[in-house]
Amino acid sequence: MLNLIRFVYMFKSVWAVLAALLIGSVFISIGGSNPLAAYGALFHGAFFEYFGLASTLVKMCPLILTALAFTVPLRCGQFNIGAEGQMYIGALFATTVALYLPKFPSVIHIVLCTVAGAMGGALWVLLPAILKAYYQLNELIITLLMNYVAIDLVSYFVSGPMLEPGAPYPYSREIPESLFLPYILPNTDAHMGVLIAVVLAILLYVVFKRTSLGFSFITVGRNPDAARFAGMPVQGLMVNSFLISGALAGLGGAFEVLGLKYRLFHLFSPGYGFDGIVVAFLGGANFLFIILAAMFLAGLKSGANIMQRAVGVETTAVEAIQGLVIIFVAASLAFRFDRSHWAHILSVRKMIQKKRTEDKQEKDS
Amino acid sequence: MSETFSNLNMVVDFLSTGLRLSVPLVFAALAGMLCERSGIFNIALEGMILGGAFGAAVATFFSGTPVGGIFGGMLCGIIAGAILAYLCISLCVNQIVVGITINLLAVGFTAFLSRIIFEGQGSTLDLPGFKAMAIPLLYSIPIVGVVLFRQDVLTYLMYILVGILFIVIFKTKWGLSVRAVGENPAAADTAGISVTGVRYLSVLTGGALASLGGCYLVLTQVNLFSEHMSAGKGFIALAAIALGRWNPIGVFLACLLFGMFDALQLRLQFSNPNVPYQFFAMLPYVAAILALVGIIGKVTPPGATGIPYKRGMSREQAIF
Repeated sequence: MLNLIRFVYMFKSVWAVLAALLIGSVFISIGGSNPLAAYGALFHGAFFEYFGLASTLVKMCPLILTALAFTVPLRCGQFNIGAEGQMYIGALFATTVALYLPKFPSVIHIVLCTVAGAMGGALWVLLPAILKAYYQLNELIITLLMNYVAIDLVSYFVSGPMLEPGAPYPYSREIPESLFLPYILPNTDAHMGVLIAVVLAILLYVVFKRTSLGFSFITVGRNPDAARFAGMPVQGLMVNSFLISGALAGLGGAFEVLGLKYRLFHLFSPGYGFDGIVVAFLGGANFLFIILAAMFLAGLKSGANIMQRAVGVETTAVEAIQGLVIIFVAASLAFRFDRSHWAHILSVRKMIQKKRTEDKQEKDS
Repeated sequence: MSETFSNLNMVVDFLSTGLRLSVPLVFAALAGMLCERSGIFNIALEGMILGGAFGAAVATFFSGTPVGGIFGGMLCGIIAGAILAYLCISLCVNQIVVGITINLLAVGFTAFLSRIIFEGQGSTLDLPGFKAMAIPLLYSIPIVGVVLFRQDVLTYLMYILVGILFIVIFKTKWGLSVRAVGENPAAADTAGISVTGVRYLSVLTGGALASLGGCYLVLTQVNLFSEHMSAGKGFIALAAIALGRWNPIGVFLACLLFGMFDALQLRLQFSNPNVPYQFFAMLPYVAAILALVGIIGKVTPPGATGIPYKRGMSREQAIF
């Protein structure tokens, strides 16, 4: 019995998600649709349909990368909530290299674009990183505010110098077809990016689990003073964690351009940078669970469109449900399995039952 | 520049615009300051402004009076504050994550519900709002009087709140408790102050305060609700808190500065159509960043901001 209860506790996040979906169904009903049909359409569309699955994979790529971008500095005790802006700058750099560099062999040029994207992201986080590591200035506010600067900057470039002549909406010229990332599912948008993101997640898991670099990051995060006494370059490690983070986010931006949009758009990201924080949290800041969490959230997002088409529920309902899911999962984390507590309850119940049967026997006799 | 400010009327006009743009910032920044003073980093200000705006719009829509709207807005803000408080204080969940979540939740909920409630008339809606009323004597002071004392009720409420918060935080016992809890919760706990209670009260009050910023947007500025209408104001407010050194008056002045920058940016945008507007649009954010860089080493935030407190829990356990 105790093991059964522990088993129930193990899946507390799942129960929390279900509870959130249950409350979400109230909202879908308010919106005038049948919740069961809506959820059916959502999950079937997101995971069990060829094109739906492809669009889930497409959304997974930036979600994994931004979640990793949040988790790496977090493990080092730092907060980078500027992944959104770093994505924009990464995309800007990648597009610039794709459009304005002389022609290279296709593979080399793709690599150059991705590297440029990663560098752009890292560059955008450099200022807050240095200010935090060397001057103890709150990195939260600076990274947050720099998002807006980055979005405006990209908006300037795509509506000014990089604007495609005659475009109805601010976007750049299309990148050459030789630079498109290869597809992983034929006839869909699903591109290589998501595989690279998964590989990076696994790589980071190994780095943080098995290498001294990962250990130094964690030590700095847990106790910077101890790390300093142990001779670790604390400030350098902090800056590095930020740079890795920015590079990951920038990569996410580069992949959006190279794999999906093929142009740089004004406002191309629907807030992936912030969703990444949510994914990191749902995945418990564990690099492997992040992949699963990203898949779930990407499924919700791509399923939302399918649900809207199938039963006519607004996609904004899914945004609200997404928020509920996180709040419920957060609340569920506070419930920890307490063996002695449950053992006590069980023994009391057993005693009561025993007493009842004894009473019954007495009465009968 | 000389053309932009060619006469006194234009100066008054500019300052009034600046003040109007800074009012939502002031409400939000006062709220955030109170929370940070008590040890909770409130990044959910953005969502609270949006929630307040939504609540104000809905309540005004149904009650027909802007006063009802204020109650509706504050209710939404308090709900957001309650979520933040329960998760961050009782359950010790990471404050940044909860804040971001509340922001996302506010965007989703307000967009979804406003589409249902206003059924597509969101942008054409014309809600009753507060009109400017001049305060008789003060109004006759040249320039300053016209700028400061020909505003609406919410702006006057803002002046009063700045004063009240200053007195409460620095001159009352409760304010001392808030500061103690934010600096060193363990010591405050030992002294018999309920850390949880003080933090809850601060965050709930903060929710109500920040939502007033949203009420102002709806009831005084635009008289309608639109999705994403908070547009980063909550984040600029965060910068204003640090720039104002966690002091209500300082915070008020910092918000005024950012509001003036916003007014300046709007004015420059209109007078310089040849320069891409994005450079002006990013000006308030760049100003906020530069202001923060400028105060390096001169300010220290309350010691325990961002760190959950539970008896017997170490700092390390609180990271995620």
